[in-house]
Amino acid sequence: MTEKHSPLDQFTIQRIFEMKIGNIDISLTNSSLMMIAVLLILNVFLIYATKKKSVVPGRLQSIAEMSYEMIYNTTQSNLGNDGKRLFPLVYTLFMFILLCNMLGLIPYSFTVTSHIIITFALAFGVFLLATILGFVLHGHKYLRLFLPKGVPIFLIPILVPIEIVSYISRPISLAVRLAANMMAGHTIIKVFASFVVVLGIWGIAPLLFIVVLYVLETLIAFLQAYVFAVLTCLYISDSFHPEH
Amino acid sequence: MDVEAAKLIGAGLATISLAGAGIGIGNIFAQYIAGSMRNPGASKQVFGNVLLGFALTEAVALYALVMAFLIMFS
Repeated sequence: MTEKHSPLDQFTIQRIFEMKIGNIDISLTNSSLMMIAVLLILNVFLIYATKKKSVVPGRLQSIAEMSYEMIYNTTQSNLGNDGKRLFPLVYTLFMFILLCNMLGLIPYSFTVTSHIIITFALAFGVFLLATILGFVLHGHKYLRLFLPKGVPIFLIPILVPIEIVSYISRPISLAVRLAANMMAGHTIIKVFASFVVVLGIWGIAPLLFIVVLYVLETLIAFLQAYVFAVLTCLYISDSFHPEH
Repeated sequence: MDVEAAKLIGAGLATISLAGAGIGIGNIFAQYIAGSMRNPGASKQVFGNVLLGFALTEAVALYALVMAFLIMFS
């Protein structure tokens, strides 16, 4: 008989091209291949779309400008003038996560952001930036973040630990949100795909449902990238102005 | 009771918490619809916050799903 397959098999990392430096394994895996593909597509698209800088943009230039404008408005509304300094980071994060999510929807490809280590690397980077920026800009006064204004004295010992825990949980929630959304979506599609095989001719019904699921997955891919970008702006605006 | 059965029961119990998340998500969109019926001009402006609230609440549902997967597959 065939071996037991599980719907979580699609998330295994396979080496495509073995490479080792000493003891460190730096093989080309399906995950890194997808990341290289994302990089190439993003660069080629953005460079080519903005080559003719026409005042009335064509279709390709419109797409690039729309994505730029959306993230620009988000950083402006959350951060004000400091948004200009933060914009490249937020735009890079948004486009990278968006394209990684979208490319994972192609059958037989691999979703880079479904692994918690990758999303945790991104989220921890944002957390480090927010914390270090807060301490550089405000010194020890940054710790006023944990003590909202107008709190009665006897509530402080309860409130401050809660605020500290909620601050520490920010990168964890940012990472798990993205990874779990991607993993859950793909797992559900795999499970319904197994129903299609089992039902034979009546497999048309799960198949139509899978089409609907793909629409939902596309929406979720875009939404999760946008939420990551918005929360990045919010956390860094907290480090610019620690008094809520 | 062997480990496989306990894992399945644990995963099933972990999905009970998705009820709360369902109520929360419905609440967000119910308030959005009610608010935009009172003030239709502002509905486009607030839709961005609606999506943000939806994604944040959905995240809690997915934490429960991650726990269910962890119990079931390890």
